[in-house]
Amino acid sequence: MSLGLVVLALLMGAVTYPSRALPLLAPGLERLPPRALEYLRLVGPAVLAALAAVNVAIVLDPARRPSFQVGIEWLAVATCVALVAWRRNLFVGVIAAAILVALARASGAA
Amino acid sequence: MAITAAAFGVVYGLAARTAGLSLAEAIAMSVFVFAGASQFAALGLIAQAAPWPAIIVLTAVLNARHLLYSAALLPWLRPRPVAERAVIAHLLTDEAFALSLHHFQRLGRTDVGGYWLAAGLIFIPWNVATIVGLLGGQVIPDPRRFGIDVIFPAAMAALAVLLVHGRRDLVAAVVGVAVAVGLGLAVDPALGVLAGGLGGPLVALLVPGPRPGSPATALAEELDPSLGATP
Repeated sequence: MSLGLVVLALLMGAVTYPSRALPLLAPGLERLPPRALEYLRLVGPAVLAALAAVNVAIVLDPARRPSFQVGIEWLAVATCVALVAWRRNLFVGVIAAAILVALARASGAA
Repeated sequence: MAITAAAFGVVYGLAARTAGLSLAEAIAMSVFVFAGASQFAALGLIAQAAPWPAIIVLTAVLNARHLLYSAALLPWLRPRPVAERAVIAHLLTDEAFALSLHHFQRLGRTDVGGYWLAAGLIFIPWNVATIVGLLGGQVIPDPRRFGIDVIFPAAMAALAVLLVHGRRDLVAAVVGVAVAVGLGLAVDPALGVLAGGLGGPLVALLVPGPRPGSPATALAEELDPSLGATP
């Protein structure tokens, strides 16, 4: 069983813990300027949307050269986004996306 | 909340399996990091063979929002022993914060047992579900046949949608996508994600903030009253 990424998990935990603990353990340190707090708040939607887009829009060939792709995954992610925006339920959206892709591949449409 | 955490944890386990993580590595992420969005983001970067420093920087920035939660809970938890507060901090998540702050405000006093219950209702299902998702994924011979490979981008896009509460959030997401795809095609996808994730918010800050009294403003001020001064 591979354990290499356990060290990465520890490092990720090490950089996450101060955000959780500093205000509780050393009151006053959380006083960042409002502009900085707003920036940090905006990183969430930006990086998550970026990750989704890169994963459906870009494929890497064996030499790791990126190229643009359009496929059923686009429709699946759009369906998931619409369902989550409507029902506010992540699980329903994700399962619907997977079913859509599975059906398209089983029918030979993708 | 526990059901949502469990369902999300299963999705994370499946995505971790698709990204090539072993059971020990996936569990380590869920125990030591215990922050869904950054764990998913890390999977995406690992799959793109991104360097560790990029993953660690992104994790730190993504999870910096916990500063707000921790600061908002401080008035309630200040009387507790330092050692207990240190453990409380590790289990602080979006859900644990929302549940416990509402609980304290409703009671008008600190109920630390309520905090442990809220945190446990997220931590335990999240970790058990991580195992279920990863092991369940292993018995599926060809994950692509069942559309499991689309779970990761779908979950990322959906989480982004859930975080969009106003124009600034929308602009941050749209610019993040444009930068990530553009730079990803021109240079490298992992670099694109990092640049989009950090550059999108910079552009979004140029957009006028939410109007006073809007839901987004009310939420921000509840988290940190100083945000009311945000232009």
